[in-house]
Amino acid sequence: MDWTKLLSIALGAILINNFIFAQFLGICPFMGVSKKMDTALGMGFAVTFVMGLASAICYFINLLLVRLGLEFMQTVAFILVIAALVQFVEMFLQKMMPALYEALGVYLPLITTNCAVLGAALLNVQNKYSFIESVVYGVTGGLGFLLAIVLFASIRERLYMVAEPPKCFRGFPIALITAGLMALAFGGFSGLQVF
Amino acid sequence: MNVGKQIKEGLWSQNPVLVQLLGMCSTLAITTSFSNGLGMGVSVTIILTLSNVIISLLRKIIPDKIRIAAYIVVIATFVTMVDLLLQAYLPDIAESLGVFIPLIVVNCVILARAEAFASKNRVLPAAIDGLCQGLGYTLVLLVMSVIREFLGNGTFGAGLLNGGEGYKVFSSDYSALMMVMPVGGFLTLGVLIALMQWVQGRSAGKGGK
Repeated sequence: MDWTKLLSIALGAILINNFIFAQFLGICPFMGVSKKMDTALGMGFAVTFVMGLASAICYFINLLLVRLGLEFMQTVAFILVIAALVQFVEMFLQKMMPALYEALGVYLPLITTNCAVLGAALLNVQNKYSFIESVVYGVTGGLGFLLAIVLFASIRERLYMVAEPPKCFRGFPIALITAGLMALAFGGFSGLQVF
Repeated sequence: MNVGKQIKEGLWSQNPVLVQLLGMCSTLAITTSFSNGLGMGVSVTIILTLSNVIISLLRKIIPDKIRIAAYIVVIATFVTMVDLLLQAYLPDIAESLGVFIPLIVVNCVILARAEAFASKNRVLPAAIDGLCQGLGYTLVLLVMSVIREFLGNGTFGAGLLNGGEGYKVFSSDYSALMMVMPVGGFLTLGVLIALMQWVQGRSAGKGGK
C-alpha cells in the first residue's frame, strides 16, 4: 500500500483542498449549524461518519454501474444510496445513542442534501481512487469539514457576544465575511507541497 | 394566481440566494466568470422549472412519508439529463463547472421550492414559480460573477463574449486575484446580502412612517 499517497490525500482533504474553504462543498450546514459550538461538533462528527461510509459504499455501487455500463446513472444512484444511508444512521442513532440523536435533531436528515457527501463520492470516481483511497478521502474530507465548522463556530460565538457590526451586516453577512477571512487563511495552505 | 407577485418574489423580495439564503455552495464556487455564472444559472432554472412541473403533477400520488426521496429522484433525473446535454453540446462549460453540475441535485433551492411550493400548487403556478425563482438565482449568479471577474481578472464576459476572450477592461497586472479565489466568493456574497438587507430595511422603515 502506498502510504505517502494516502497521507497526501489526507492532508490535501483536511488542509489544502478543505471542503469548505477551497472547494465550497457543504456550505449550507456550515452556515446553518455553526451558531453554537456543541451542535457544530455534533454536525461535524455526523458528516465525517456519513462521508466515510458513503465513500465506501459508493465505491462498490460505482463498480456495479461500470460493470452494467450504466455510468450515466451515477448521480441518481449515489444520491439514493446516501439518502438511504442517512436514514439508517438516523434509525441507528435513535436506538443506540438517543442523546446524540436529540442533539443533532433536524440536521441529521439534512446531511442527505449536504453536497460535501455527494461531492466526495463523485470526486472519488473522478479521481479514480481505489477503495482504501476513497475511504481515506471521505473520512479526512469529513475531518476537514469538522475542523472548519468548529473553528468557525468558536469565532461566531464570540462574534455574537462582543462584536457590533452595522445593522445591515448583522447575522448572515458578517458570518460570510468571517468565513471569507478564514478562507484567506486556509488559502495559505495551498502553497504546501506534499511530497 | 398572481404572476407579477411571483416574479417580484423570485427576483427580489424572496430571492432564493439573497433572502432565503439557499444554494450557497454553487453560488460561491462557480461565480468566477460570466460564462460559468450564466451556464449554472440557466441549468438550475431549467431543472427547477421542469422538476416543479413534475412534482406538482405527482403531488397527489407521492405518499407523504417518502416525499423527499421521491423529489430527489425526480430532480436527479433532470440533473442527469442536463449534465449529459451539457457534456454533448457545451463541453467547455461542462468542463469548467465540473462536479457542480451533478451537485445541482443537492442544491437546496430546488428541493426547497419542491417542498414549499410545487407540492401544494397546481402545475401552471408551479412552473412559473420555478421559472421566477430560477431567474432570481441566475440574476444573483450573474451579478456575483461580473463583480468577481471584473475585480479579479479585469475582464468582462470571458469565455463567452468577444470570441471567448472577453473584453479587457484593465490589465490583469492590477487585478486582485483574491476575488476569483474562494475568499472573493465569501466577501462578495456577504456584501451583497448586507446591501440587500440595507435596502429592505430602508424601504420597510419608509413604509412604517
